[in-house]
Amino acid sequence: MLTFTIRRLITSIPTLLFISIVIFALLKLAPGDPMAQVPLTVPPEVKQKMREALGLGAPAYVQYFKWLNQFFIVEPQFLIDWMTRDSALFGWLPDTQFSMMYDPELQKLVPQQRTISYQTRSPIMDIVIQRIPQTLWVVGLAYVVGILIALPIGIYSAYRHYSVFDQAGTFITMVGFSIPPFFTGPLLIVIFSVSLGWLPSIYDTTHVVENWASFKYQLSQMILPVMVLALQTTAQISRYMRASMLDNLNQDYVRTARAKGLKENTVVMVHVLRNSMIPVITVIALGVPSIFGGAIITENVFGVNGIGQLLITALFANDTPMVMTITFIFAIMIVAFNLIADVLYGVLDPRIRYD
Amino acid sequence: MTDISTEIDPYAALQDKEPAKPPRNQWLDVWDQFKKHKGAVFGGGFLVFITLAVLLGPYIWNVDPQKLDIRNKDVRPLWTALWNSDAKTLWHRPFGTDNLGRDLLAQMIAGGRASMAVGWTAMLLSLSIGTAVGVAAGFFKRLDGLLMRMTDLFLSLPILPLLLVAVTLFRQPLRANFGPEGGMFILIVVVVGLTSWMQTARIVRGEVLALKEREFILAARSIGTSSRAIIMRHLLPNVISPIMVSATLGLAVAIITESALSFLGVGFPSDFPTWGKMLADAVPRMEQFPERVLLPGIAISLTVLGVNYLGDGLRDALDPRIRGR
Repeated sequence: MLTFTIRRLITSIPTLLFISIVIFALLKLAPGDPMAQVPLTVPPEVKQKMREALGLGAPAYVQYFKWLNQFFIVEPQFLIDWMTRDSALFGWLPDTQFSMMYDPELQKLVPQQRTISYQTRSPIMDIVIQRIPQTLWVVGLAYVVGILIALPIGIYSAYRHYSVFDQAGTFITMVGFSIPPFFTGPLLIVIFSVSLGWLPSIYDTTHVVENWASFKYQLSQMILPVMVLALQTTAQISRYMRASMLDNLNQDYVRTARAKGLKENTVVMVHVLRNSMIPVITVIALGVPSIFGGAIITENVFGVNGIGQLLITALFANDTPMVMTITFIFAIMIVAFNLIADVLYGVLDPRIRYD
Repeated sequence: MTDISTEIDPYAALQDKEPAKPPRNQWLDVWDQFKKHKGAVFGGGFLVFITLAVLLGPYIWNVDPQKLDIRNKDVRPLWTALWNSDAKTLWHRPFGTDNLGRDLLAQMIAGGRASMAVGWTAMLLSLSIGTAVGVAAGFFKRLDGLLMRMTDLFLSLPILPLLLVAVTLFRQPLRANFGPEGGMFILIVVVVGLTSWMQTARIVRGEVLALKEREFILAARSIGTSSRAIIMRHLLPNVISPIMVSATLGLAVAIITESALSFLGVGFPSDFPTWGKMLADAVPRMEQFPERVLLPGIAISLTVLGVNYLGDGLRDALDPRIRGR
């Protein structure tokens, strides 16, 4: 198993390199100019100088390797330094100085150049790290809620196959599967914030939880986006759960378990459930990156300023480094969760031997 | 056991009789199974209805969707008069008008045309790429490793962010070459087609790998049929059922993706109605005019629901293990 994991880890490196080339090429081939917003009164030779200052004068492959170097070597060094200096988790460790470089002219350590956003002129990773908690709170909670609703629905509708509950459940999951989030979002806003006035329609990111009332407000503003995202998750996962349970309920070992007099509850909830969870868990792992992608729309509807909204604003502002970084973070997540799903599958299912 | 064997006349069993009636067509069996799935019949019916409505609609309801009629702006649909007698309704504007006085029914038809055109074309493109890759990978052993590796790589691309990037960045040059609507149409269709063929390729490859070892392929090869003819005449007709199922899935994905792009404001130009665009434009004023969000939203959802049900029914109907049960 360990050798398989290591082999999978090594093969994911070329995958990531390929994706980085695709993203880089797409952004390089695209005819966008970061100087397009600069006033026309600025003479062309000055514009050219500005372009070179942004590092756009170098040949494409130099830019590509510089970007890779920034993403995989320089930025992680800053991350480690930040963690040992300021974060609560690793702050007790001695402060590290990985990100500093010796400057022979000044005769002292200076920080290395970081990847800078065209829009804000500040390091990209700092902005991304500021935005990630918002996305994680909404998306992560929605995913957990979705799974917690989906599993019982899937189990029960498979157990009572063709019953009214099963028919209704299948229909509702099909509807949830088909209604896009950019429709459920406005629909829920119309119902719950406009007509009923129960919940706020816009997610206030600056809201600070300090007492019970503000906690309740935080909860109420999270309900709508979580509901929209959870509907999609529930629809997908309960379909998988139901299909997987149906596959297992007709197996011989279930008949054996019943024949030896086990309680129905034990048969379904222990024997069948544990076996049918194997494919479902991999589906859950595989779904994590796609829900982050889908959150782009939900964040846009509810005004959650998470990482998806950051991507959209960066796109409209022609902020190439930011777009590149965020897209690549999404890609890393996909590759990582594919790997996790593969490894989990091997760990959970003793019938599967990779070696 | 024994009494059965005595009843059979051994001579009659050896006689080569003609079958009483010609064997039933396979597609009739499929149709019989398909009819049992109520949702699929409804879904297929709705898809046919909406396709006909957007194709023939402009000839029946020949109001120009772009015509501005600023005196009759913000007209509510007819049915609001049922509970709100003060609402401004007009008999010749059954779905009402938007904030510039454009007829909503005509816009719905025009928007549906765009959405369905994008959906069908992108689906056909992704199907042809997927089938070509799948058949090539399954049939030619030399290409298998390479093509499947490529499929895996494509599967690990972050699709929605890349779609957004591609559509935003390549909008300008395509607009310059093919006009604002044509350029956007080509861009969305190509981009959606290029990023959604992987599942089809995997399924088709699996089917082809299994079919390739069957006797009829060996027979065809032994009489000297070329690879090209084997693929066209023997393989493709046999993989048509998984292709049809993934076609329905592809259509749903393409319609949703187009609407999502329009909703995020990177789709078609603002004067060109599509369902996603209409929905996005209506969101800021949805408190006063909820129908402008509901109508396109329901149209998208029902179409996708219908297509998904159609796919479900087709999968059951085309699976010979389920058929006849």
